[in-house]
Amino acid sequence: MLHLLWPIALSISLGCLAGVGGYTFYYGQGLSYLSNDPAACVNCHIMREQYDGWLKGPHHAVATCNDCHTPHNFIGKYMAKAENGFWHSKGFTFQDFHEPIMIKPRNSALLQKNCVACHERITAEINTHPGDKMKMLDCVHCHREVGHGPVR
Amino acid sequence: MPFFKRGLALWHYVVLIAVTTVATFGVLLLYQNIVARKAEATQHVFRVVDVDENTVDPAAWGKNYPRQFDSYKRTVDIERTKHGGSDAFQKLDADPRWREIFKGYAFAVDYREERGHAYMLKDQDETERVTHFKQPGSCLHCHAAVIPTYIQAGLKAGIPAGPENREAQIQKGFEELCAMPYADARKLVAHPVTCTDCHAADSMDLRVSRPAFVNGIRALARSDYATPHLPSIERWRKEGRKGDYDPNKDASRQEMRSLVCAQCHVEYYFKGQGKLVTYPWDKGLRVEQIEAYYDEVKHVDWKHTDSGAPVLKAQHPEFELWSQGIHARSGVACADCHMPYVREGAIKVSNHHVRSPLLNIAQSCQTCHRYPEAEIRSRVEAIQDRNQSLMDRAEEAVVALIKNIQDAAKRGATDDALKGARDLQRKAQWRLDFIAAENSTGFHAPQEAARILGEAIDYARQGQILALSAK
Repeated sequence: MLHLLWPIALSISLGCLAGVGGYTFYYGQGLSYLSNDPAACVNCHIMREQYDGWLKGPHHAVATCNDCHTPHNFIGKYMAKAENGFWHSKGFTFQDFHEPIMIKPRNSALLQKNCVACHERITAEINTHPGDKMKMLDCVHCHREVGHGPVR
Repeated sequence: MPFFKRGLALWHYVVLIAVTTVATFGVLLLYQNIVARKAEATQHVFRVVDVDENTVDPAAWGKNYPRQFDSYKRTVDIERTKHGGSDAFQKLDADPRWREIFKGYAFAVDYREERGHAYMLKDQDETERVTHFKQPGSCLHCHAAVIPTYIQAGLKAGIPAGPENREAQIQKGFEELCAMPYADARKLVAHPVTCTDCHAADSMDLRVSRPAFVNGIRALARSDYATPHLPSIERWRKEGRKGDYDPNKDASRQEMRSLVCAQCHVEYYFKGQGKLVTYPWDKGLRVEQIEAYYDEVKHVDWKHTDSGAPVLKAQHPEFELWSQGIHARSGVACADCHMPYVREGAIKVSNHHVRSPLLNIAQSCQTCHRYPEAEIRSRVEAIQDRNQSLMDRAEEAVVALIKNIQDAAKRGATDDALKGARDLQRKAQWRLDFIAAENSTGFHAPQEAARILGEAIDYARQGQILALSAK
């Protein structure tokens, strides 16, 4: 029997890790982050303002968080979710993010691409150069309230 | 130990178990963190002690509102910004021209930068303008938690009791205390600014009580001065000017977030023998409208020692200057920049650590202006540096005028011959002091501040021409 002691101990500890890890994932609503539902983005109270604003914003009827903030293709979308998810989790866990929350250049370019993706017709004559630091035009610089609702 | 021959060696097991132990430990830490974040999202205010209109000690309120009280307590900070802050340095030493400009008045003896809210009563106890000069009880209108004291004094003077007579009680007590010597009135108060100065005790709604402000804002409402930044006054006028304008009933919450500050951060004078604190807004809030009011009531703060001019002293007209600026016009309230909302856990509270926005650029400015902090700071400092250089020129001009009038009088020029130059000193000095005494180094309304200083320079130079040719 003695020769089984170590394998059994290892199995128990691995089982505990899997169980605790699984429960934590469930408790943190981990699966919801794979969805398109804006309610998932407000799991963390930190996004409440953005969510409340979106409910009152003009794009509320036509676009969810993902429509503007993640690429419109499968791979890109989940890459963006993974990347931002990591930084959001880190910031929220350690409370070390900048307030007020400001969009990073990379996400800003992504957002810009998504504006153009839907509004192609009206912006066909404007080249907005998303991602080009020198040339990018930023729709939301002026149209700030379309996604997150009235500013004041 | 034969059983280790098959499969893994002992140390493999030990390492694997150690690793899973550490990982499990880490996962539980994360779990606990998620629990804490979820708990944050359900926090509320708990009223643990009963407080009411007569509770003047902020610490008692702090038991129910610990977040607000904690940040209020931090107004003891001593911190300099480029042009201001809360460090009580002696401005007379930093810029000796003010000794000359204020000659013959208490401000020539002691003119220190004011510290934060927590020190407002202590600063007044300590300034040589109070210890070396006779001052009335009027000063306490803004430097102490004085409203319950006013109510007591009002009741004692025979105003009927009851909450419906609150305003009359306050007004009467206010008149009583203003007429007392400072030392006697000082014994009746114990605390600097307190919660009920801005909040109603039962609902914590914003509310104004200070009688000089209530009288002043009503006089302003009765005038025809346009107030696009205070829509409730314009509405009251449009609806037929019925009764008195009452900010506590008529003003929006956003307007109240400025009006509670305007109870004190304003220009004032002590009216008549009763030394009643009065805000000179009958004609409007602009510098020349206040001046016209003073000219009409023939108010003179003191006669300048060197020049003999009948001059005025301006007192921190923050509300008046802010009213001329773009932020006011855009509906931004004092509290938006000086008491910005801060997140604590999942709750937002307005930061009661009232101070310069330059010490808190992220929360004060970036909420609307999404630029890097360094960029915002340099924009503000550019405005303030320009204002400061104009102010320096205006000081030079006023000092030069004082000297020319003094020389002309020594030459034997009559009072009649010098009247024009002295009147121009009053005009120039009033404008210069209006911007110098205002605590934003021009930022609250940059263009208006520049206009006022430009006029100050012009009037001073015009006065010199008269003084130099006076017979």
